[in-house]
Amino acid sequence: MIARPEPSPLARTTITFVGIAFVCFVFADVAITTVDPWQEFRLLLIGIVTPDFYATDSVALSIGYTLAFAFLGVALSNVLGLFLALLFFSRIVRTFCAIIRAVHELFWALIFLQLFGLSPLTGVLAIALPYAGIIAKVYAEILEEADPAPLKTIPGGTSLLSAFIFVRLPDAWAHFRSYSMYRLECGIRSSAVLGFIGLPTLGFHLETAFKEGRYSEVSALLILFYVVIASMRTWMKRPLIPVYLIGAAVILPWGVSFSFDNIVRFLTEDIVPHPLRSGAGWDALWDWLYLMVFEQAVPGTIATVQLTMIALVATGFLTIVLFPLISPLLLGKASRFCGHIFLVVARSTPEYILAFILLQLWGPSMLPAIIALTIHNGAIIGHLIGRYTETVSLRQDASKGLNRYAYEVLPRVYRPMLALLFYRWEVIMRETAILGILGIATLGFYVDSAFADLRFDRAILLIAITALLNICVDAISRSVRSRLRLQTSLKQQ
Amino acid sequence: MMVRSVLAAAGVFALMQAPVATPVMAADFVFTAIPDQDETQLRKRFGKVAEYLSGTLGLKVKYVPVKSYAAAVTAFRNNQVQLAWFGGLSGVRARELVKGSRAIAQGKKDPFFETYFIAHKSTGLKFSKSFPKKIAGMTFTFGSKGSTSGRLMPEFHIRSAFGKVPNKVFKKVGFSGNHSRTIALVQSGAYQAGAVNYKVWNRDVKSGKVDTSKVTLIWKTPPYPDYQWTMRGDVNKQFGKGFGKKIQDALLSMNDPDLLKSFPRAGFIAARNTDYAPIKDTAKKLGLID
Repeated sequence: MIARPEPSPLARTTITFVGIAFVCFVFADVAITTVDPWQEFRLLLIGIVTPDFYATDSVALSIGYTLAFAFLGVALSNVLGLFLALLFFSRIVRTFCAIIRAVHELFWALIFLQLFGLSPLTGVLAIALPYAGIIAKVYAEILEEADPAPLKTIPGGTSLLSAFIFVRLPDAWAHFRSYSMYRLECGIRSSAVLGFIGLPTLGFHLETAFKEGRYSEVSALLILFYVVIASMRTWMKRPLIPVYLIGAAVILPWGVSFSFDNIVRFLTEDIVPHPLRSGAGWDALWDWLYLMVFEQAVPGTIATVQLTMIALVATGFLTIVLFPLISPLLLGKASRFCGHIFLVVARSTPEYILAFILLQLWGPSMLPAIIALTIHNGAIIGHLIGRYTETVSLRQDASKGLNRYAYEVLPRVYRPMLALLFYRWEVIMRETAILGILGIATLGFYVDSAFADLRFDRAILLIAITALLNICVDAISRSVRSRLRLQTSLKQQ
Repeated sequence: MMVRSVLAAAGVFALMQAPVATPVMAADFVFTAIPDQDETQLRKRFGKVAEYLSGTLGLKVKYVPVKSYAAAVTAFRNNQVQLAWFGGLSGVRARELVKGSRAIAQGKKDPFFETYFIAHKSTGLKFSKSFPKKIAGMTFTFGSKGSTSGRLMPEFHIRSAFGKVPNKVFKKVGFSGNHSRTIALVQSGAYQAGAVNYKVWNRDVKSGKVDTSKVTLIWKTPPYPDYQWTMRGDVNKQFGKGFGKKIQDALLSMNDPDLLKSFPRAGFIAARNTDYAPIKDTAKKLGLID
């Protein structure tokens, strides 16, 4: 009799996560409640196929602003991030980076909006700060993984600075460059999304058009947005970077003034819990904390974790379906071209927009959020894995068709896919924040409510809890990755 | 390396520019309005008001659109706007935050504002004089979280009728964002019922935007004070003595039917902070302000 083999650690992890997601799904509210969804959906479809490029005022300027915030934000985060990466040996710096990247750029923007108002600084910093935290981590990893051999060849007495510039940097430079490109694409997306809360980017008009049901305008704005993202590699040339940066700095309307008093007031008064500020005593503070924890933080955390876990596992399943669309191992050139377009559209469409559409269709529940996060993230990881298969070579006599997919390709990409999924876990959790603004009761919902009520003490507490949750997920993800020995280097693509 | 340093220089350059306000700004008088309905409407409406005020006051008046009620209050608080068209609740919040600011004008009928409860036809609910208790257990959408007619007053009446918070009364509670959205969401059946600003409802019914075979009016709240123009207390210091009075006069004497029609208001009358005491009390009772 043959003993049943122990399931591999990879399979065990997969089963555990699918199990957790299943339990979350059972308890999630995913009922479809709409009575008459097709009317609005029909209008939406008509709008999508009849884009109206002249409906929006100053659309060129808003594209300009979208790019300008992205350029300056990503440039600044590169400088800050590189600097922080060099200090990454310090626990304090690592913690600092973990905190700043754990807060969604939308929340940063809401905070900076209080400090600087609708000044361009709000948008630039909202992108630069969280990105600096991410870039520091990635650059530190790149430097760490670099080949140590060249360092051994330099003569003694070489200064640390020279050693860094002439020995370590050249090796890592190509990685930095390609990662910066990827960050810029993220930055453009983030910049557009910041429009939802009032910065003058594409998202500003997109949100308006959406809310008012002007779907032809929505369609036009989305098409423009896709074109900007998809054409990035043609206009993003290295010698042009200074031109773009100066252009960005020039077109942004810096004229909006802000006062130092506002900043001081926000930091020393507004964010102090109300009972303390009004001197209402410890009992009142206790009541305040009780309310915040048991009526907001706990239910918000449960919904956030629930949504994150379901979306993570669903993203995994969708990735398996999507990556073949652009894989040369599985499809011909023409099909891959269509696949590329599909994936660009799916991954560039902000999850907020997807959830908004699905909310119309299915009514208020967690379902629109799950599907929106899954499509968005599935398309991103599907794209990365599809690109990864370009580097995989199969035997000449490898099987064809479904067999090739199931027995040759899938097993080869499964580890990198899990690595990316676990890396993306924290990102998905951060993205649930923005869906809270649509009314799905994640922590983001309570943060949005606090900002709507101008209760910044509550907002900051909830953001801190959100950040803590993100840091926990990041730590768990790291330990899972290291236990399964999943390499993270793929994410640099 | 060169790219890096250029990159760094440009970043620093951009940052250094920021805190220096351009001198032109100080001369501009800026106002905003809460985004309570279709934003294109708002831009058209307040663009005209800006023109009118520029002409009457003899200085450049600018309207800046904002995305949320809170953003309107924040801009007012931070002196990035000196005047704002607020709702009852946002006005109370703004005046709490800015010492010396005053409500100066309101629409002729704004002291008697109403909220309409609307429902999808499939609910079978009909118009009634008394509070429609049958909405319990349905899905329900408010407007914006910071709206007086879309949130504060309907929540107040829901709590009085059921003695419970809306989350416990309804199967699901949502916040549509603005009044036009509330109508669209109830009409599509995404929510079974909702609360909407009566002026937006009446306008959209008249213009045929509402399909009354799908969504219907089921209840009207008793009247309460709502919209008003609120001005910062320090405008006289910034724009010269008597400037506040000049703005108030300009608003009160606005009589161009085209201008007023876009609001839609029949005209403006003077307002005082105390007019909104009932709103403040209600907001405190509901725990919406500390």
